[in-house]
Amino acid sequence: MSTACEELVDPKQIKLDEIINKHRYDNGPLIPILQGAQEVYGYLPAHVIKHISKAIRIPVARIYGVVTFYAQFRLTPVGRNLINICLGTACHVRGGAKVVETIEKELKIKDGATTEDGRFTLEVVACIGACGLAPVISINNEVHGRLSPDKIAGILAKYE
Amino acid sequence: MEWLTLTIDGREVSVPKGTTVLDACRMNNIPIPTLCHAPELTSAGACRLCVVQIEGMRNLPPSCVTQVAQGMKVETQNPKVRNARKTILELLVANHPLDCMTCQKMGDCSLAEYAYDYGVTGTVYQGEKRCLPIDDGNPFILRDPNKCILCGKCIKACTEIQGKSILDFSFRGFDTQVGPAFNLPYNESDCDFCGSCVSVCPVGALTEKQMAGKGRPWEVSKVQTTCPFCGVGCNFDLNVKDGKVIGVTSNPEVPVNGKALCVKGRFGMDMIYSDNRITTPLIRKNGELVPAEWDEALDLVATKLGEIKKTYGPNSIAALSSAHCTNEENYLMQKFMRAVIGTNNVDHCART
Amino acid sequence: MAENQRILVCAGTGCASSGALPIIDILNDEIKRQGLEETVTVVGTGCQGFCEKGPTLVIEPQQILYTRVTGEDVAEIVSQELVKGERVERLLLVDQATQKPVSSMADIRFFSKQHRIVLHNCGVIDPKKIEDYTARDGYKGIEKALKGMSPEEVMEEVKKSGLRGRGGAGFPTGVKWGFCRSTPSDKKYIICNADEGDPGAFMDRSVLEGDPHSVIEGMLIGAYAIGADEGYVYCRAEYPLAIKNLGIAIKQAKEAGYLGDNILGSGFNFHLKIFEGAGAFVCGEETALMASIEGKRGMPRVRPPFPAVSGLWGKPTNINNVETWSNIPHILRNGADWYSQFGTEKSKGTKIFALTGKVNNTGLVEVPMGTTLREIIFDIGDGIQGGKKFKAVQIGGPSGGCLPEDMLDLAVDYDTLTQAGAMVGSGGLVIMDETTCMVDIARYFLNFSKKESCGKCTPCREGTTRMYEILDRITKGEGKEEDLDTLENLAITIKETSLCGLGQFAPSPILATLKYFRHEYLAHIHDHKCPAHNCTALLSYSIDTEKCKMCSLCAKNCPTNCISGDKKTNTPYVIDVENCIKCGTCMDKCKFGAVSRA
Ligand SMILES: Cc1cc2nc3c(=O)[nH]c(=O)nc-3n(C[C@H](O)[C@H](O)[C@H](O)COP(=O)(O)O)c2cc1C
Ligand code: SF4
Ligand code: SF4
Ligand code: SF4
Ligand code: SF4
Ligand code: SF4
Ligand code: SF4
Ligand code: FES
Ligand code: FES
Ligand code: FES
Repeated sequence: MSTACEELVDPKQIKLDEIINKHRYDNGPLIPILQGAQEVYGYLPAHVIKHISKAIRIPVARIYGVVTFYAQFRLTPVGRNLINICLGTACHVRGGAKVVETIEKELKIKDGATTEDGRFTLEVVACIGACGLAPVISINNEVHGRLSPDKIAGILAKYE
Repeated sequence: MEWLTLTIDGREVSVPKGTTVLDACRMNNIPIPTLCHAPELTSAGACRLCVVQIEGMRNLPPSCVTQVAQGMKVETQNPKVRNARKTILELLVANHPLDCMTCQKMGDCSLAEYAYDYGVTGTVYQGEKRCLPIDDGNPFILRDPNKCILCGKCIKACTEIQGKSILDFSFRGFDTQVGPAFNLPYNESDCDFCGSCVSVCPVGALTEKQMAGKGRPWEVSKVQTTCPFCGVGCNFDLNVKDGKVIGVTSNPEVPVNGKALCVKGRFGMDMIYSDNRITTPLIRKNGELVPAEWDEALDLVATKLGEIKKTYGPNSIAALSSAHCTNEENYLMQKFMRAVIGTNNVDHCART
Repeated sequence: MAENQRILVCAGTGCASSGALPIIDILNDEIKRQGLEETVTVVGTGCQGFCEKGPTLVIEPQQILYTRVTGEDVAEIVSQELVKGERVERLLLVDQATQKPVSSMADIRFFSKQHRIVLHNCGVIDPKKIEDYTARDGYKGIEKALKGMSPEEVMEEVKKSGLRGRGGAGFPTGVKWGFCRSTPSDKKYIICNADEGDPGAFMDRSVLEGDPHSVIEGMLIGAYAIGADEGYVYCRAEYPLAIKNLGIAIKQAKEAGYLGDNILGSGFNFHLKIFEGAGAFVCGEETALMASIEGKRGMPRVRPPFPAVSGLWGKPTNINNVETWSNIPHILRNGADWYSQFGTEKSKGTKIFALTGKVNNTGLVEVPMGTTLREIIFDIGDGIQGGKKFKAVQIGGPSGGCLPEDMLDLAVDYDTLTQAGAMVGSGGLVIMDETTCMVDIARYFLNFSKKESCGKCTPCREGTTRMYEILDRITKGEGKEEDLDTLENLAITIKETSLCGLGQFAPSPILATLKYFRHEYLAHIHDHKCPAHNCTALLSYSIDTEKCKMCSLCAKNCPTNCISGDKKTNTPYVIDVENCIKCGTCMDKCKFGAVSRA
């Protein structure tokens, strides 16, 4: 029998509260809590930010300031596949910009955006530590190295 | 107290230990431009307009956060320093709407003043400019984020004066903004509308909405007075133009409250000219309130109170007084109730 | 073969992304299948330094290097190399000069010219096993300190070694410790800066991945000398493997009694935590880093007070870089005199560089301070890719500068490089050839600095954007000669008035390129030409119908499908310039030289 009470309990909310409770008495709990919350929700919805603010008594404006400062945090959901294009120095000198342009043209979106069908989110990053294989991109943390513009279409086709 | 001697622009001066170079200059009437410094707030050293040259120091240190040391040699006006300040002002102006003609802050704007001093024109850099929505959603504060120079003083005022932390920076680099959480309008935040943020803003990013279009700073005379709203007795300046009060600004010099005020004191002045304001006593006759003379009104009250006391006893009467009244007035009120009416039924709107 | 052998398979980030991880399992299976498990052990190591040739593996004790190994090669390696002791030629490295395969690491200049102190264990031990570390004298340094040296003596030893900070500024480490030590306080912190924000540098990542215990031991020794009982490693979140391996190492060190209370019975306590950064280059700056740990926006603050006086949560704090910490155990174990024999008069020891860009051997290299750029690029790096001409080397990342060919004989140390307008910085070395445009490089770095500026102070926040815009216009052929004066004035003001190192050094790439490559700027401005044929706005591709054989190869490979033509209908192949992104693929693919660039 499902009761009204059960329906109210959102499993994500439970996880969020666990994360908050784990860190709330640490020195400087905010960033680890935000990182944990983003892992649970995939991004940081406004209601989550407000909830955290109440729980650890840090003003919402300050949390919003922190969230928008760091590249890791996002305020909107990501697409099904996250493409990180490296534009670190090593990748840049080996033609990273052309990889970016090709992907932007192919997907018809710019850095930071998500395709309309929610298939890809594009993010330009600086160095994912695989400089030896420059230029590189990573899709859902899978690294593709030694790229050139003509290889892009084939790689993208592998992700639904 | 330990005193230190230093040389500023060739002039030898002595200041107490712990003084900043900026304060040392100001004590000696040497002008230094500042945008992010306010004596009542902690210093950030962010705008970098107050830079000076100090012998033996790398680069150009900001005077507002550099402490004086014995024997220091400071130059505040040499060409290198002036050029650096001018460049910084040019950078600010390049990302600023040049609306001075219609801007409420004109005449009291630090940016406009320094830009004039340093001969800045608005044409050195072409490129991206912010284009953010203006926050016009509340009756008190007008926020134009495009005019914000990101000095951060409003953030500190809200935290350090008002204790609220409604405002903060968001985003970073060129995209940095200052505003309430999620950059929502003020009225969608928990703001008290104390206006402390407005009082510290060096430019026209935060202005008193009520004064918009009613008068320029140079047309206004400031009349210091005491706030009539509550017993704290804050002082502030009425801004008077052509014999009419157009608004209130806080006065950092006043001893009671400095720049701090509450929403009533800062923004409650519209009641002076309100049509709803009651200017004579009113007596209800045949179900309708009609104006009366003071003597008639007071006689009526005295008679009625006397009758009630006689018929029903003194404890059938109670008095409620107001936070608008001074302590002395409130004292008189309770004295009257106890000594004349003979009851302890006294209360005050601010008691709960 | 009777002799015991070890196969060191690189499982670092670089090789893992080239497919190294499955190789370990396949190797183990194959070794069992061929009955060699008694004599052969497979070890997954950290970065071996030669990432571009990855996945790499080394056979010990013969020191044979195999490169670009795949799962299919495993069976052959086992039966050839391990069973018969014969080389699998096609997987050996080819020396660019002689075009011959080389097998032994001693004969590979990439390795033979290096001197590995910090990388001593990297690529050799299994970073997940504390016993591998202790077997190579690990934790002997802290034992020596705790059992027979006073904190002052430890500090003196580090001072005497001449070690200078590897995080960029090169401040003498022992002296820095002294500041923190002499501030009275009931609580002190030490921090390991593993933010490694320089895009194109990965030495700190490799050390943490490949030899995490050396960092822990270094911090232990530092904490003892300074009088701190708590430490943080601030590591960028983009380094998941480093965080994982360090986490394992901390756990093992705790279990072994090297971390916690009353370490080795000495009464000395030290606790270590990892803090994951959230993506901001400026958090490498020490005051921003501490703000970040405190849960704030990573905005630097004015110094003084310096961290040694008022740092994390207002307590005295000492921050050092990963590589700095990792040097410490070696200094304690072998003594300051041993250490200071390496390097130059004022820059002692070795430095790790991340060699990347248009060089044949990209990877991590550790050389004594004072090695010349030429040795690093042309001996260790084996010269420029594709036989092209060297143009410049960028040292020190976005805060550094580029140096031209005639400065290749500079000895790399802190003071020489700073004088030349570059800096050792974190140790990124990006090699550029004739096809790299120096204006574009300056533009690239300014784009980086402008994106990473925290926005606190005016000159950096507004100025980096304006410098970027001017450079961008120049690369598009829209520059004016006055722009160079404007750039110079901006660069100097920003350098002299910015609050932190990010702003103060953001103009360096401009100042250095203006100094050494002004002619390239002028070519863009006056002739609307990019001498390196790199700036796309100044390029156009076209197909010469005379030479075109209508093979359609260009059209098939064009990533934006903007080449049309048809052999059947005899429609000539043409490029739709509107959609062309000027990637040059068509020109590379055409076998008849029909595509030209103007
Ligand atoms: C913008 C900026 C970024 C920095 N990034 C790093 C970094 O990623 N890693 C690092 O060790 N030091 C970095 N530093 C230098 C640190 O502030 C600090 O000087 C260093 O960690 C001190 O360690 P050391 O004395 O061992 O060199 C950076 C400095 C600045 C101004
Ligand atoms: S804020 Fe100052 S500079 Fe800006 S428009 Fe208003 S008066 Fe002019
Ligand atoms: S009006 Fe007062 S409470 Fe509201 S933001 Fe300004 S300072 Fe804060
Ligand atoms: S709104 Fe005014 S006080 Fe606040 S940061 Fe902007 S310029 Fe400064
Ligand atoms: S009403 Fe507000 S401003 Fe007026 S005296 Fe009281 S606290 Fe001060
Ligand atoms: S120089 Fe740049 S990064 Fe540093 S404090 Fe100023 S704005 Fe922030
Ligand atoms: S340069 Fe690249 S985009 Fe342009 S036509 Fe050739 S292959 Fe296509
Ligand atoms: S520069 Fe692209 S992975 Fe490092
Ligand atoms: S007033 Fe000194 S930095 Fe702004
Ligand atoms: S990661 Fe394998 S050699 Fe660098």
